[in-house]
Amino acid sequence: MDKAFASLSGAVAGIEDGATVMIGGFGGSGAPIELTHAMIDRFLATGSPRNLTIVNNNAGNGHVGLAALIEHGMVKKLICSFPRSADPRVFTEKYLAREIELELVPQGTLAERIRAGGAGIPAFYTPTAYGTELANGKVIATFDGRYYVQERWLKADFALVKAHMGDRHGNLTYNKAARNFNPLMCMAAVVTIAQVSRLVEPGALDPEHIITPGIFVQGLVEVADPQQEELLNRAGAQYP
Amino acid sequence: MTLKLSNAQIAWRAAQDIADGAYVNLGIGFPEMVAQYQPPGRHAIFHTENGILNFGEAPEKGSEDWDLINAGKKAVGLKPGAAFFHHADSFAMVRGGHLDVAILGAYQVAENGDLANWSTGPKGVPAVGGAMDLVHGAKRVAVITDHVTKDGKPKLVKRCTLPLTGVGCVTRVYTSLAVIDIQDGHFVLREKLAALSLEDLQAQTGATLHLSGPIGDLVIPELSDD
Repeated sequence: MDKAFASLSGAVAGIEDGATVMIGGFGGSGAPIELTHAMIDRFLATGSPRNLTIVNNNAGNGHVGLAALIEHGMVKKLICSFPRSADPRVFTEKYLAREIELELVPQGTLAERIRAGGAGIPAFYTPTAYGTELANGKVIATFDGRYYVQERWLKADFALVKAHMGDRHGNLTYNKAARNFNPLMCMAAVVTIAQVSRLVEPGALDPEHIITPGIFVQGLVEVADPQQEELLNRAGAQYP
Repeated sequence: MTLKLSNAQIAWRAAQDIADGAYVNLGIGFPEMVAQYQPPGRHAIFHTENGILNFGEAPEKGSEDWDLINAGKKAVGLKPGAAFFHHADSFAMVRGGHLDVAILGAYQVAENGDLANWSTGPKGVPAVGGAMDLVHGAKRVAVITDHVTKDGKPKLVKRCTLPLTGVGCVTRVYTSLAVIDIQDGHFVLREKLAALSLEDLQAQTGATLHLSGPIGDLVIPELSDD
């Protein structure tokens, strides 16, 4: 078994127009910048993929990564918890011009909806957002005398994630807090592609240390020295 | 004579109520100051939504690791005994009742414990983050805030008029003038600045202050508000 792609362009070649794509990370931490930029490269060369629904905690920062994806007009809808950042202008302008749709989800509910999607649980109840405008139109139920809001699972056609080490079976480890949404998104997509800082042979990772088992990962590609959104933004970078 | 506590002093007062070894989440911004004022010998373990327990001070400029940030997207360090986990586990800690204390900011707090702290209305881009999750599950949900808004209107009110973050969730409020508990749908005054009369405090509060037992003097050391 070898799930590794030789190139970033090969790794994102299957993403179709109109797809729902989960992109891992919390701000820049754990964000798969190179895979995101590979989608932009393909779009600039071929016009696809477009009309994407993107799931991410945020809405991009500056003019790289997710912000660049939005800036190039590839995103129809964003599902996120916090569409603000140090430099949120790209999303803000598109949102206020009604050129992008926003589904705002509390952060813990977003995480659990993705987890539920990956775990085959179509809906669950949470106390979060009860009595607020984000619960409008949702089913409410009481359990042991408290009110809870019914929330639906969230699934995707693709997940793009960033991991630290990965073996050719797709077993993954992460670097520090770059784990965040990545292991959940791996579970919730039909096809998960991971960019890893080091691609290793099966057996090289201690099974006790694997965070995402390879069954949740369909493809991976090595990006030996990944860029960090924070540093790109400090340098005023734009993509491409 | 102290007329009003600074943010640092409000944070200091809130920090005195955090026990050694407590698991604590501090909201982004002003509440983060609470970590600076733990009494000597007490060490709370701080939780951040993006998957760290027991994070600490930021590293020196230039040696940040941008995979090691807090919920405010600031670079942080780790203390001995730190742990990483994914987002679903992180919010299981929040909703599952595992945190001892959450300390949050507020636009408005109502006498029934309702909190409004995420939106000032329909203008602009809405953003909620983890605010609506954090108000559920911690054993104590405390608010730190100025007692009134910038233009002098009460932030402690009978019913919130701004969009709610959660209903009936706040248990204690530390303000620039007083410490107030929320019990059975009432504000119960616990401490106030000695120089401030009960009448003056009531005049700056949007709902009735109830009295139950002695009212302590709110005495805070001078602190620089940086």
